[in-house]
Amino acid sequence: MSRPWSERFADTRHAGAVPGRTVQPARLARRALPSPGSALLLVGAGLLALLILAPVAAIFGRVLPSGLLLTTLGRPIVVEALRLTALTTLLTLLVALVLGTPTAWLLARWRFPGRVLLDSLIELPMVLPPAVAGIGLLMAFGRRGLFGPALEALGINLSFTTAAVVLAQVFVAVPFYVRSARSGFLAVDRELEIVAHTLGVSRWATFWRVTVPVALPSLLGGATMCWARALGEFGATIMFAGSFQGRTQTMPLAIYAALESDLEAALVLAAILVAVSFVVLLVLRQAVGRLSGVADA
Amino acid sequence: MLEVGIFKHFEGFTLDVAFRTEAALTALLGPSGSGKSLTLRAIAGALRPDRGRIVIDGHLVFDTDRGIDLPPQARRVGYVPQHYALFPHLTVVENVGFGLKDRRCPEARRRIAALLELTGLTGLERRRPRELSGGQQQRVALARALIVQPRILLLDEPFAALDATIRASVRASLLELQRVLGFQALLVTHDPVDAALAGQVFVLERGRLVREPSSG
Repeated sequence: MSRPWSERFADTRHAGAVPGRTVQPARLARRALPSPGSALLLVGAGLLALLILAPVAAIFGRVLPSGLLLTTLGRPIVVEALRLTALTTLLTLLVALVLGTPTAWLLARWRFPGRVLLDSLIELPMVLPPAVAGIGLLMAFGRRGLFGPALEALGINLSFTTAAVVLAQVFVAVPFYVRSARSGFLAVDRELEIVAHTLGVSRWATFWRVTVPVALPSLLGGATMCWARALGEFGATIMFAGSFQGRTQTMPLAIYAALESDLEAALVLAAILVAVSFVVLLVLRQAVGRLSGVADA
Repeated sequence: MLEVGIFKHFEGFTLDVAFRTEAALTALLGPSGSGKSLTLRAIAGALRPDRGRIVIDGHLVFDTDRGIDLPPQARRVGYVPQHYALFPHLTVVENVGFGLKDRRCPEARRRIAALLELTGLTGLERRRPRELSGGQQQRVALARALIVQPRILLLDEPFAALDATIRASVRASLLELQRVLGFQALLVTHDPVDAALAGQVFVLERGRLVREPSSG
């Protein structure tokens, strides 16, 4: 009874202390690649990579050497599109966080009649063609739509405004956040929350101190996917909001509009979108990788 | 003192358990699926029985007749789940101090340090749960539950997840910790060896107590 606690628990350190065993087979498998069959695999992968690389390289091939970036970046169509895109996508992201987070929580944790239906309904825009979203939004919130007269009575006109751009983006992009957040919440062990409650921590505080941090990789991943989807929104926006410079003309719409009149501006906007998307992907991988390393203890 | 009388009907399973114990360490013994963990959850306030009454250390925390159902936050129970449920994003110190109002005030720091010392965790303060061995994780869960001075400690299969070679020493350590700190504990287990530690044992099968061996 005199030995200290730490000694009496004669436990050994984690299994991670023997790295050679787990690493070796994986390394062998990788070296075994250059067989005839795998050469074919490489050709296939190479073709696919080329197919994706070609358009990206073509854009940068036109933009980078010519110094277009500097001469074009100040043009109104570019500036307005950048500003409007930043504004609308951030608003969409805000809506996703504020409305999507409780929705995701509800779907993950509550059993209520119609839950499966609500679940499917919220994921519907993910598989819906954007053109369908556009016409649907027009029929619902347009001037002659379902809620048109009611909105007009309140002095609200949505179609062809910046608000319509946000609405279109919310419709197509927020489901990406809700889906990811929901599976993140689902994966949080209920016992963690029960323990927190027994320690006297309120449900609200438990949500912020336990549930959100543990689900953070999924929340961040979902938010990024949502933002990226909003960034690329084209079909629903052009149908429901139109393409008015400075008001509803986001970057994808500006690219389309400038294609004939100002190819240089279109190219620069495209290059910016590619660069931003690529950085987003890289950051996301890093962040989620690091965070989930912490979370899956 | 612990007094439990609970009834809850599930689809295909009925939990109907009533017992009363004065022992410092009480065991609920039974195979998996017998309702042990459900009973523990009901005492902790994470599961609401259809009807019944739970008195912990003289404090009525649940009574359907009188419409009393204290939330887990107000029951002052320490809960150690089978896989410990340590907060993966927090360090050992942050885990242990989780239930304290202000973890950084001098009094809290002193209490955390004392409990870490007592559970042999000194030196591991900055580690995260995944960097700990199973035995260490269990001690963090114990310290985290004990820091708020619960009226009862609820242990769900506390030794099942541990390596067989260290189980005996961990059992001894739990008794030692209980002797030093003097808390009441209820442990749930499928292993008669664990149950032998207890002053009183109740045997649970298919949601009901089947016999009540006298204290040993």
